Amino acid sequence: MAPNDSAETTGEATSTVVGRRKAARYIVPVAVAGVAAATIGLVPALASSGDPDLPKISAQELVEKIAASDEEQLSGTFKISTDLGLPLDGLAGSLAPGGEGKDGGKDGGAAAPQDKLMELTSGTHTLRGAADGPERQKLSILGDASEYSVIHNQGEVWAYDSKSDEVYHAEAPEGREDGGHAEKAPKAPKAPKGAPATPKDFAEQALAAVGDTTSVTVDGTAQVAGRDAYQLLIKPKQSGSTIGSVRIAVDAENGVPLKFTLSAASGGKAVVDAGFTKVDFAKPAASTFAFTPPKGAKVTEADEPATGKDEHGAAQKALPGQLAELDGLAGEGGFNVIGKGWTSIAEIKSPGGKGLPEAGSDEMPAEAQGFIDALGDKVTGKFGSGTVFKTRLVNALLTDDGSVYVGAVTKDALVRAADAAAK
Amino acid sequence: MSQAEKSQAEKSQAERALSSDPRGSRNPLWTLGLLRSEITTLLRRHRTYALLGVLAAVPVLIGIAVRIETGGGGSGGAGGPDGGAGPAFLAQVTNNGVFLVFAALAATLPVFLPMAVGVVAGDAIAGEASSGTLRYLLVAPAGRTRLLLVKYASVLAFCLIATLVVAASALAVGALLFPVGEVTTISGTRIGIGEGLVRAGLTALVVAVSLTGFAALGLFVSTLTGSGIGAMAATVGLLITVQILDSIPQLSGVHPYLFAHYWMSFADVLREPVHWDDLVKNFQLQGLYVAVFGSAAWARFTAKDVTA
Repeated sequence: MAPNDSAETTGEATSTVVGRRKAARYIVPVAVAGVAAATIGLVPALASSGDPDLPKISAQELVEKIAASDEEQLSGTFKISTDLGLPLDGLAGSLAPGGEGKDGGKDGGAAAPQDKLMELTSGTHTLRGAADGPERQKLSILGDASEYSVIHNQGEVWAYDSKSDEVYHAEAPEGREDGGHAEKAPKAPKAPKGAPATPKDFAEQALAAVGDTTSVTVDGTAQVAGRDAYQLLIKPKQSGSTIGSVRIAVDAENGVPLKFTLSAASGGKAVVDAGFTKVDFAKPAASTFAFTPPKGAKVTEADEPATGKDEHGAAQKALPGQLAELDGLAGEGGFNVIGKGWTSIAEIKSPGGKGLPEAGSDEMPAEAQGFIDALGDKVTGKFGSGTVFKTRLVNALLTDDGSVYVGAVTKDALVRAADAAAK
Repeated sequence: MSQAEKSQAEKSQAERALSSDPRGSRNPLWTLGLLRSEITTLLRRHRTYALLGVLAAVPVLIGIAVRIETGGGGSGGAGGPDGGAGPAFLAQVTNNGVFLVFAALAATLPVFLPMAVGVVAGDAIAGEASSGTLRYLLVAPAGRTRLLLVKYASVLAFCLIATLVVAASALAVGALLFPVGEVTTISGTRIGIGEGLVRAGLTALVVAVSLTGFAALGLFVSTLTGSGIGAMAATVGLLITVQILDSIPQLSGVHPYLFAHYWMSFADVLREPVHWDDLVKNFQLQGLYVAVFGSAAWARFTAKDVTA
């Protein structure tokens, strides 16, 4: 460009030409912005179109591949998005009061794992996991300028919350890996190996339901975290379930589940979308699992040996957690499961035989009653009347006589179950 | 700007314009000379000292506040039971002075640092125009493009200087008031003090790079007006607007395109291993802002009538 090309205004004609030339310069920033916008729009589309070409495989073989997978060493970054469609964020806790009580509530200190794990039930979170056999695992939830890590290293469990600089410490009991998890997920076909919070935990729970109620197929291939993977598609055969499909991407090489997607029958965004964004099957550095509390950090000791929940809870809580916690109610009175497979409904008779307090009664102010009504839908049937609380996945019917019907089924199915029970 | 300062600035601009050899205009060293004189002028300003002084004072204030709050005992975090109050890393400062660097950067990055950069960037062209020195600069056969590049380079130099001033002041205060030792990363692993300091330096660099996009935006605003104060106010106003937009959850669709959205990703340097995803996104976004607003500033400045 010529130096000092300041605009000259020598006449009408020149000024129009100069004006045009001036305007032409603005094409540069506009073009840069346009190219950037196009790149942002196109790159993901181009990247996702490249499904790998893998040899055909049957669903049976693929499930076996998962079962036979014995990768015990891995590290990776994991992204989990949940959209349960809860009316309120905090409601997740109140939907599963039994589980919450068993965890010991708030007595674990600020760095206790239980409180943190509930956060995973909504929104998008980035996690990091590393595992080296059954004796060493680490799981971190990445927060804004902070991180919450749970580290299991040969019999010791540490949890470190960098935000508050607090530490939670527990001794892991012998055999807790298997025992703890089997208790939480009684339907799992086999106790999982050491890998914590991997899609493996999800996959095994979903496969537990395999039977005449479920169709399991291999649905093409995909690239997950830069690895070639088969997609296992699991769909309920029964009608009335709110679960549309479960899709699991399985590493073609070693059978490790890499991605788990749960879609609602009503369509829309996936209810749970959890998968590795980066995965490495090499042995993680030993320093990853070494933990000494930072000088001066507040350390809270667990009162009793922690259950296996510490490690596996995170993955479980996110989706089947709610169901698993309902399982936890099984020991208490008045618990009954109606139906089987995808459409099973948990029936809980409350001991008092009382439902929601009547409007205007002393127990509940009118505002609170109105709030409850706003959250749920009134329904009536042969069983009487009640309120249905809906999320995208789990619906609950609270009848006026105090029974609760909960399941991953539609509102109609809940009413039918209540009708059948009333007979 | 006071009359004396103005005349001084005018003189130095005139020097800059006249001392250059017209024949050397194709020589890259000449550009370096222009850049050097530009940075020297910037650093000789009282305003620059004031800005850097305020930035250096922030870590001092944080350090003293944390020290008084905990009585130097070092038991328990400063964050209280919630742990989440205040800037990030505050809880760790008591037990390790190195964390004051991160806490100070986390405290100054949202407002103080970009405000200082906004003042300098907004003033870059508009300030020259309003004090009547822009035409002196254009007398030199450097060309407007080169002048703009030199102006931007000096703003970038200020980004780096400002960040390093915060980091250095924080490190000095942290070492004076608190114990310094092995650094526990936010992932819970430990690294030696040497690597901790390397991470602190890296963090300062990341913060400086985070400001480049905003600096380009400020430079563009600066070419739009002939009023230095107007350009500074507009630039800082843009900063505040963007920070507010970034905090409204309903606008989450727009957030990834706001220049301030990934600023706090510098904390990812403290993870073990370093989590690059957001850092890379931040760099890409800053690059995009530099490209778009840098070229917009070029389009505006090279086609502008300079009357003052």
